[in-house]
Amino acid sequence: MRIGVITFPGSLDDVDAARAVRLAGAEPVALWHADDDLAGVEAVVLPGGFSYGDYLRAGAIAARAPMMRTVVDRARQGLPVLGICNGFQVLCEAGLLPGALTRNSHLHFRNRDQGLLVERADTAWTSSYEQGQTIVVPVKNGEGRYVGSDADLDALEGEGRVVVRYVGGNPNGSSRDIAGVTSADGRVVGLMPHPEHAVEDLTGPSVDGLGFFTSVLQGVLSA
Amino acid sequence: MPRVVVDVVLKPEISDPQGQAVLGALGRLGHGGVTSVRQGKHFVLDVEGTPDAAQLREIAETLLANPVIEDVELHLDPTPGV
Repeated sequence: MRIGVITFPGSLDDVDAARAVRLAGAEPVALWHADDDLAGVEAVVLPGGFSYGDYLRAGAIAARAPMMRTVVDRARQGLPVLGICNGFQVLCEAGLLPGALTRNSHLHFRNRDQGLLVERADTAWTSSYEQGQTIVVPVKNGEGRYVGSDADLDALEGEGRVVVRYVGGNPNGSSRDIAGVTSADGRVVGLMPHPEHAVEDLTGPSVDGLGFFTSVLQGVLSA
Repeated sequence: MPRVVVDVVLKPEISDPQGQAVLGALGRLGHGGVTSVRQGKHFVLDVEGTPDAAQLREIAETLLANPVIEDVELHLDPTPGV
């Protein structure tokens, strides 16, 4: 399986994301934001970083890149898309996921190992987990506070679209401890923490993050 | 050349920790009479020809502001740029 990793100007974690894809058993394909051809990939990862220096709003300008127009069109047809950190911000700005990510409530950049409760183990990117499982992966952001109107958040929870929730402390003041959400069809997932930094014992706090990348392989194999 | 000003502020229900930090600094400086600060963005656009209100609103609502969290106001500046 070929999984695309899109690099924007200012992306930082594209290489780690590609490495996680490879460790999961898939072939990473480097994609460039200014192109508009997905090169035949069967899933896409939007990596962390500071695309366009977070100018305007985090992810706002990247969300309007030519490659993102293609991603939005294909995601609406079911292409699996995973947005990590800045990638999650891009997905919200592009309208593929609800809500928005804003400045952390304490105004500090927060970088630590973070507990997450997996509430949805049936999305394209989380089927390798068990519902109710707790995992530990790094979190590192300055604008990671997930917000939305109470009505939107109620709807999101009512539809069961919270994928992962912070446990053991909320690192950024996100509403209702929400760390990641999914599209209505479970194919698009965005989260602020970094599963791609928890795929090897040598460098991560765990290998808990690998499941995001193996999940999408299972989905394609069973489809 | 006509000048258009676009002001973007967080919606009232979205907390603004940057504004709160400014408010805290004002209190420490002795400006206790200020009870609230909301921080926003101010864009100044110079536009060729007659500004198209619908197009400007689209620019403001689809790029300059994120309607999920922000309110936007357009002002056609009466004093054109030099």
